[in-house]
Amino acid sequence: MHSRNVEIAVGGFMAIGFAALFMLAMQVSNLTLLSAEKGYSVTARFQNIGGLKVRSPVSVAGVRIGQVTAINFDNKTFEAVVHLHIAERYSSLPKDTSASILTSGLLGEQYIGLDPGGDSVLLKDGDEIRLTQSALVLERFIGQFLYNKAQEGEAK
Amino acid sequence: MEQLAVLGRWTLEFFTRLGRAHILLYYLIRAVPEIRRHPRELIRQIHSVGGRSLVIILVSGIFVGMVLGLQGYNTLVDFGAAQSLGVLVALSLVRELGPVVSSLLYGGRAGSALAAEIGLMKATEQLAGMEMMAVDPIERVLVPRFLAGLVSMPLLAAIFSAVGIFGGYFVAVGLLGLDSGAFWSQMQAKVDLVNDVGNGLLKSVVFGFASTWIALFQGYDANPTAEGVSLATTRTVVHTALAVLALDFVLTALMFNKV
Repeated sequence: MHSRNVEIAVGGFMAIGFAALFMLAMQVSNLTLLSAEKGYSVTARFQNIGGLKVRSPVSVAGVRIGQVTAINFDNKTFEAVVHLHIAERYSSLPKDTSASILTSGLLGEQYIGLDPGGDSVLLKDGDEIRLTQSALVLERFIGQFLYNKAQEGEAK
Repeated sequence: MEQLAVLGRWTLEFFTRLGRAHILLYYLIRAVPEIRRHPRELIRQIHSVGGRSLVIILVSGIFVGMVLGLQGYNTLVDFGAAQSLGVLVALSLVRELGPVVSSLLYGGRAGSALAAEIGLMKATEQLAGMEMMAVDPIERVLVPRFLAGLVSMPLLAAIFSAVGIFGGYFVAVGLLGLDSGAFWSQMQAKVDLVNDVGNGLLKSVVFGFASTWIALFQGYDANPTAEGVSLATTRTVVHTALAVLALDFVLTALMFNKV
């Protein structure tokens, strides 16, 4: 009987251990994210993607609806081609949705924010998002600001 | 001249001990397949090595996670990045604290017990008695404990991390009022299954190997006296801590060197 209790205790220990591992894999890591979920893929072209990476989030109104699955470079147009994977339950985005690369917070990671348009035709698998806005590159922004300031000075 | 002789004796002793430890490891690994003849013994040892370490792992995991939550919040809130608390807690636990702290606890709780048990078996000539009956003490006594340590350590580390993340969650969401969705979603976005969880698991396997090996060797190599057993127990805890911390540095340098 005693040996049986030990076996039950060990079984419980192993079960808790594997439950913890399972929890780490499913709940904590990125395995659960939309990669496994069914959905559709669209592409978007950007002049500059800044610090966007594969697996960066794609969100609408701040809600995460998908992720970046691949980033390629188009040799002809010299643009970045970003592939977005969007979960199936968010399949009601209009075709004239626009995509912009935004930064979450001041120091946060970059993500793609989608702004739904008003078209009655919906985005389908394989579509391309036409309206895009590139990432804000701080150096260029500051450069432009200084240039404008200098021009103002000359005008005076 | 005398000092020189002391240094020489010390060096020789160090290397002979190291050599004996490796010879023991060779015998251990060679005898591992024989475990199928004593499956009951393996279960009993997993219970005493792993199952009985569960309470200390659970309690310290919760508290380490809660402290991480509080300390991380105090730093992150200055940068307006308090939403990243989940990432901070999960990454610190999964990559570092889970494997390291749980193997330090394991060395203190289970390793010392293993060394004392085997040292005492040797002191009371139980191991010699087994040899007289043509029973290999390495196969019968050491191998089940060795495998039990190898099996238990990764599970204990995983339990530690999981419980710690819930502790951090409790502090972040329950006490500090952060958003529960942001806590989990940022964590899921930043923690990678292979690079973070997998490498943490690999670390804990290596630590479990090292600390069990140290405990078994210290017990098996102890002087068969009361003093020898006490020395073996102390050495087990000290050597386990040193080995785990040093190995952790090496493994971290190898695993997380992308920066």
